[in-house]
Amino acid sequence: MSTPDTTAARKKRNKFLKRVWASRDTKMTLILVAIVIAALVLVPRFGQPRTLTYLTLDVTTTLLMALPMTLVMINADIDLSVASTAGLVSASMGMLIHGGMPFGGVVVICLIIGIICGAFNGFLTAYVGIPALAVTIGTLALYRGLALVVIGDTSISAFPEWATAFATGSFGKTGIPYVSIPLILFIVIFWILLHKTPFGRGLIALGHSKEAARFVGIDTRRSRMIALVLSGFMAAVAGIFYTLRYSAAKSDNVEGLELTVIAAVVFGGVSVFGGKGSIWGSVCGVFTVGVLNYALRLNRIPEVVLVMITGLLLIASVVAPSVATAWKEWRSKRQSTPVKPTQNPTVGAARA
Amino acid sequence: MSQSRRSLAAAFGAMFLMASMSLTACSGGDQSAPGSDSGDSKAPAASSDGSYDVSDATITFIPKQLNNPFSDVTLSGGTKAAKELGFSDHQTVGPLEASSSSQVSFINAEVQAGTNVIAIAANDPDAVCPALKEARDAGAKVVTFDSDAAKECRDVFINQVESKQVALTMLEMVSEQIGGKGNVAILSATANATNQNTWIKYMEEEIASNDKYKDITIVAKVYGDDDDTKSFQEAQGLLQSNPDLDAIVSPTTVGIAATARYLSTSEYKGKVMLTGLGLPNEMRSFVEDGTVKEFALWDPAQLGYVAAYAGAALQSGAITGAVGDTFTAGELGERTVEEGGIVVVGDPVRFNKDNINNYDF
Repeated sequence: MSTPDTTAARKKRNKFLKRVWASRDTKMTLILVAIVIAALVLVPRFGQPRTLTYLTLDVTTTLLMALPMTLVMINADIDLSVASTAGLVSASMGMLIHGGMPFGGVVVICLIIGIICGAFNGFLTAYVGIPALAVTIGTLALYRGLALVVIGDTSISAFPEWATAFATGSFGKTGIPYVSIPLILFIVIFWILLHKTPFGRGLIALGHSKEAARFVGIDTRRSRMIALVLSGFMAAVAGIFYTLRYSAAKSDNVEGLELTVIAAVVFGGVSVFGGKGSIWGSVCGVFTVGVLNYALRLNRIPEVVLVMITGLLLIASVVAPSVATAWKEWRSKRQSTPVKPTQNPTVGAARA
Repeated sequence: MSQSRRSLAAAFGAMFLMASMSLTACSGGDQSAPGSDSGDSKAPAASSDGSYDVSDATITFIPKQLNNPFSDVTLSGGTKAAKELGFSDHQTVGPLEASSSSQVSFINAEVQAGTNVIAIAANDPDAVCPALKEARDAGAKVVTFDSDAAKECRDVFINQVESKQVALTMLEMVSEQIGGKGNVAILSATANATNQNTWIKYMEEEIASNDKYKDITIVAKVYGDDDDTKSFQEAQGLLQSNPDLDAIVSPTTVGIAATARYLSTSEYKGKVMLTGLGLPNEMRSFVEDGTVKEFALWDPAQLGYVAAYAGAALQSGAITGAVGDTFTAGELGERTVEEGGIVVVGDPVRFNKDNINNYDF
């Protein structure tokens, strides 16, 4: 009587464990842990509290943008204008401070600028119907151009001491930077938004199939708009942080980071075709790339090699699932024929 | 079940392998373990008079960007001096693009490595400041060369020449070439480049204040970002939008070479003058075919050379970087720390048909 019950329960539990074990998030976590351990073993200087500070500060800008980028890319959209938005925010921030505005007011205006930039992208994409790729390539240039108009060739660094200290400092000897607190807050908010709200689940459905999502009553336009506005807003946050961290507001701030963000997000398991991805995966993706770069740099590996390694990682992470699927299909085909399948243990290693 | 577990284990293993291979493959061979002061320092090379004992110290050069011809020459001088001085280890690290913040993570890494002397050409005077401060708090000596950081974050600044002298030289050359009057455009590096902007400012001031240049107008300023293609396109755009342009001044080696390449194949060759700061090896053919009459530069190798010697003098305690301190820069002789902690290397050289073949850099 009780036996089938327990077996059923065990089956269920096994199924759950199997799901967790096989999920991309688990893999990403393990990869991150592996990279950290490898760095600790192979780069003697990596195990300092300083590492934690510098590393976190190095990836913060990328991470701030990667959170909303995850949402945008799950929609099967893309936002290439994030770095330019951050640059425009940085330039505006410098000019406003220079004009003698109080710091609080400056931050509010900067966030509004970010929201406007995101809303412009969102309007053209979701409501006018131009592909996000085309729109954001355009605004990538447009916002960068505006940044140049705003600040020209000057560089402004008259920011309040306490603000720059917050953006670069850490809690005493622990090496945990101050910015980790807002950072964790943002990660949690985005995690709840994507995984625990109807809106977030709607995004995943929308990325799978826009038509199907519309039929079940999801306002696809509004969802895509919101994701892009969030992207603009977070780009503004990233721009403010970046400006304070390097205590310099300039027109070329954050240039070129949009590709780093997208690379890290894709590496973290977000599908470029939409419908797949998670916040935790993206966070792991950003940190994995960050740790790898940091450790190699500590070892004074030339930048050229570093860029190539990141590229290889990205290609491997995109190709791996397809290879795995093809391999599974091939296996199932083989199993239908009565030939004894020979196991080649190295084939699985393609899944990096 | 077993399937997913196996592939996961494989993924995990492959990742670990990849990481460890990439970390070890590149770290071996060309250097002793960085930062380890294990006392296996090479015997100091025979250095000239005024030698400084830096046999247990390390020096790292951080140029504006790697793979830039100007940086490469500068660094060749720096490494030459580092060898002469007998530093236990000398390294060169740097970003691939000369953006303002790209150098910070490299400075951070040097702090963690416990490097004694950091010689850096700052892409931005403020952006590198907090990181350099941390380096100095950790006991490192900071020498800036070519492009300065904010005063409070470095010990001394090695300046190729007085900024004003560079600006005046360029202005003099362009004025000679266009007969003292006409429209001039400037094609600079990035919009924020410290030294380029200083030179442009001095040129503008001199035009405004000196009667000799009253007929010269600067009609446009464009930025090629020290990127060859972009500089080429900017030069093209300049001539299209300013048909009555008489000369272009490009105070950057990348900009002047790209502009010369454009001019040499265009209808403007020999009609629109081009001058500025360039590398003789890159400009040789353009001087010979008449695209460029005369341009200027200092010997960048000397810049790195003096920077390394200044670093050694600071590290060994021979100087503190105070105004009036003197140190011996190897074969270049004595140099003095001037107002603002600046050490001047020398005057710019003008290159033209007559002398360009005497130089090889």
